[in-house]
Amino acid sequence: MSKLWKEFSKGLWKDLPPFKLVLGLCPVLAVTKTADNGLGMGLAVIFVLTLSNMLVSMLRKIIPSKVRIACFIVVAASLVVCVELLMQAYAYPLYLQLGIFVPLIVVNCIILGRAEAFASKNPVYLAVADGLGMGIGFTASLTLLGGIRELFGYGTLFGTQIMGDWFQPFAFMVEAPGAFVCLGLMLAGMNALTNWQRKSKGLDAVEGPVHDCKTCGMCATKPGV
Amino acid sequence: MDYFVLVIAAIFVNNIVLAQYLGNCPFIGTSKDSGVAIGMGLAVVFVGTMAAGITWCVQKFLLGPNDLAYLQTICFILVIAALVQFVEMFLKKVIPPLYKSLGIFLPLITTNCAVLGIAIICQREGFTFIETILFSIASGVGFLLALVVLAGIRERLDLARVPVSLKGTPLALILAGLMSLAFFAFKGMAS
Repeated sequence: MSKLWKEFSKGLWKDLPPFKLVLGLCPVLAVTKTADNGLGMGLAVIFVLTLSNMLVSMLRKIIPSKVRIACFIVVAASLVVCVELLMQAYAYPLYLQLGIFVPLIVVNCIILGRAEAFASKNPVYLAVADGLGMGIGFTASLTLLGGIRELFGYGTLFGTQIMGDWFQPFAFMVEAPGAFVCLGLMLAGMNALTNWQRKSKGLDAVEGPVHDCKTCGMCATKPGV
Repeated sequence: MDYFVLVIAAIFVNNIVLAQYLGNCPFIGTSKDSGVAIGMGLAVVFVGTMAAGITWCVQKFLLGPNDLAYLQTICFILVIAALVQFVEMFLKKVIPPLYKSLGIFLPLITTNCAVLGIAIICQREGFTFIETILFSIASGVGFLLALVVLAGIRERLDLARVPVSLKGTPLALILAGLMSLAFFAFKGMAS
């Protein structure tokens, strides 16, 4: 039970996908104009990630290791098609808002990365816990970033007016530059927090997590890249 | 003339990274060194164009007539994955020098959302074959441009004293934001 909790909870803080692993940046930047969109995208990712982890883990003894990446992609792509059809049927306005980023869930490094790094090596119940935890962490991050950008960009939160009449919307935040700068500052803030904790333990400050493609499942096919 | 506007719009106005948010992982990940950045950018131009051309044909002659449009995502990603493998083998066999410089970037391309993104944008915009090819070359060039510029700035910043918490990815993202602000000035030049 404690192991199950450990695998679930690591996605919530220790390995929080967009901030600690620095994976799957495109949807993080693109769909977080509003908190609503961030939440919607996050839910779609939870669905795909949990089920893909489950399926990959179930099939891990059958899939030959040489073609495993291709198999992971097929699993993820089939689930993304399911999400697309479900969203078209039940959440069409959200589907239009998220646009091209719904089909692009298939190339989100988190999906392949978790399949390669975790689900293909662990039993089903742990893989599901890992997928759920990572998915919830991803959703929370997207909703938070979306909330900040929406609050400053439109003065609203989940579509409700928060700021008073005195507030001038800060259009920069909801355009592309705002997304990059806001995410950069949030990452810096998290690094500062880590360094502050380390300092109180008497350790040296460290550089924040580095984004490198090695953490993404695809590159595991090529050692030394 | 229309083609000219299409190309300029894809490189500057709707830059694939800085305005459309596609391909951010390699944009941040491979921009520490300008040599690596050029290799990655060229690989995206090369594979992106081939992928967009082939997926256009797949959609037009295979999925469209058979009413299988809902299989678009799964077909496109499989086409791209197979294409990348094929290009890798072909280059290794036929043009070894090119393989040496681009080879290590090819496996990264399959999960580069810019490649799949370009293919899907071409479908959603309803481009003709020539427009698809021009648009994907221009988008790739836009990616190359943004990547090389960011790599140049980051190389210079290696010598600067930066607060330790900002070092690496956070600073790269903020730089990308400032570049995106500069590209934002092109908005409205062409739609």
